Amino acid sequence: MTGRSDRYWGYGLLVIATIVALAPVVGVLILSLGESGRVGAQIDLANANNWGNFAEVWSKGGFSSSMMTSAVITITVVLVSVCLSVPAGYGFALMSFKGRSWIFYLFVLGILIPIEAMIIPLYFDLRSVNLANSYLGVILPEIGFSVAFGVFWMRAYFIQSARSLVEAAWLDGANSWQTLTRILVPLARPQMLTLSVLFFVWNWNDFLLPLIMLSGSDLQTAPMSLVFFVGQRSTDYAYLAAAAIITITPVIIVFVALQKSFTRGLLAGAVKE
Amino acid sequence: MTSLTARIKAAGGRVNDAPSGGRAPGEPSRIGYLYILPAVIIYGLFVFAPFLHSIYLSLFDWDGVSPMEFVGLKNYGAIWTNPIFRSAFVHSLELVFFYTVLPLAIGLVLVSAIQRTRVRGTAFFRTALFIPYVIAPTVIAVIWRWILAPKGPLNSALDAVGLEAISRPWLGDFTFALPSVGMVGTWVMFGLVLALLLAGVQKIPQERYEAARVDGAGRWMEFRAVTLPGLRYEITVVLVLTVTSALRNFDIIYVMTSGGPGYATVVPSYLVYQQAFKVGAVGAAAAMGAVLVILTIVVNLLVARGSRGAS
Repeated sequence: MTGRSDRYWGYGLLVIATIVALAPVVGVLILSLGESGRVGAQIDLANANNWGNFAEVWSKGGFSSSMMTSAVITITVVLVSVCLSVPAGYGFALMSFKGRSWIFYLFVLGILIPIEAMIIPLYFDLRSVNLANSYLGVILPEIGFSVAFGVFWMRAYFIQSARSLVEAAWLDGANSWQTLTRILVPLARPQMLTLSVLFFVWNWNDFLLPLIMLSGSDLQTAPMSLVFFVGQRSTDYAYLAAAAIITITPVIIVFVALQKSFTRGLLAGAVKE
Repeated sequence: MTSLTARIKAAGGRVNDAPSGGRAPGEPSRIGYLYILPAVIIYGLFVFAPFLHSIYLSLFDWDGVSPMEFVGLKNYGAIWTNPIFRSAFVHSLELVFFYTVLPLAIGLVLVSAIQRTRVRGTAFFRTALFIPYVIAPTVIAVIWRWILAPKGPLNSALDAVGLEAISRPWLGDFTFALPSVGMVGTWVMFGLVLALLLAGVQKIPQERYEAARVDGAGRWMEFRAVTLPGLRYEITVVLVLTVTSALRNFDIIYVMTSGGPGYATVVPSYLVYQQAFKVGAVGAAAAMGAVLVILTIVVNLLVARGSRGAS
């Protein structure tokens, strides 16, 4: 009984919503190909052919090193966080030991603590042990935040999907490590991929933590380079747009390639407990 | 053990104990600690300990260098009495309207219009709608700084259709700076909300709509009786994600307005940074961080209770 006009309406609205979501991004893409140094902030489709902007911004904005720094930090955080979240989620989900519940609740609190609420002592503490202004000063806290979510999420998954399997494996005499590596890890591959995508997006985009932890060094992440570039050339819109495009490209690639995992993660992860 | 489990089940409770007594054969139950230990250490050292340390710092007057002076809850009192600090929290609540209420309203209206359509090409629409949420907030700030610039595309568009009276330097205007920043949040969130609601609406069994139609339900009744209850879980997710973002928008404020003009767009997360690292009021900043945590937890508990109450 779905009327034809109904369906056109639905599609029409969806197309409009999609245009609204994408137009500013497409606008910036066109802007990034415009002429640098022009006073106006208008896009000029006819002259959007200055591909050299990207090379200019890449060197002038310090992106050649900051993209590398971001890649090192993000990839390390993703890999280590997934490797820590899976066994911990397994432990919390399926093993009984003293204090299990309250340790887990402390973890959940980590999902709710905004970086703003612990960044001040973190900076002073890490500076006093010479970890501030280094890769590790960013990587370690980011792993901490990532595992808070990762543990919560893997635990929920194992409780839902792995209980009877693990029970059977243990009855067959498998030890807990074999059960994890031979049964659960292959089973949880899609969940681990989803976690990786979420971790990648969050950590690549993060700004406040590296801004503070790296404030006394030459190290910069890509979002930091972008923001410093805004400070230097606040109205050179073509260059700023090119810098913005450079900064988001890795995330867009990862996201578009793995969008299914991302959606599933947001839907399943946020509040299921 | 089993009888206890049975009793919990009979009472409608959830059973949360581990299988086979929670350990593999021949292993002590303490072995569970080994699995959680690496995660616990890193989380404890680099997130939880600094968090506790921050609460401790909030009880002191400290500029980051000189000796600390214990002041009790004075820093918390200042959040209430200092008009700038207080306005930051008021701005946060206003931003919740733009980040949560508006996107959810838009999402629900659109979904109610689309609910009867079996959308094809879902993956495409979903990817596109998620893009604003995936982009780094710093990049979003750069994009909208340009759109809202005095000679930017928004003002040109207004001028072109004869609305010169409305066009203005949006981010430099005391009245419009905060709503402008808020609308950026609406743009970031509406796609996410719509994509999540669409995913939810596609899972509602078609029979429920047919049943509603047999009962002679109109569009509005159908929405209230079938769509809305079917989306309860998605709405909860949306509330958690959007409210949390509304309370933590340091990046966008830092790049777009730095809290200005004056203090018109100042928010707690920006004040924490500014007070601690620019002004040197570490204790005051720590107190604001603690209040931000409490606010986040309270809101999430309310959402959780609300979603349970609705079920």
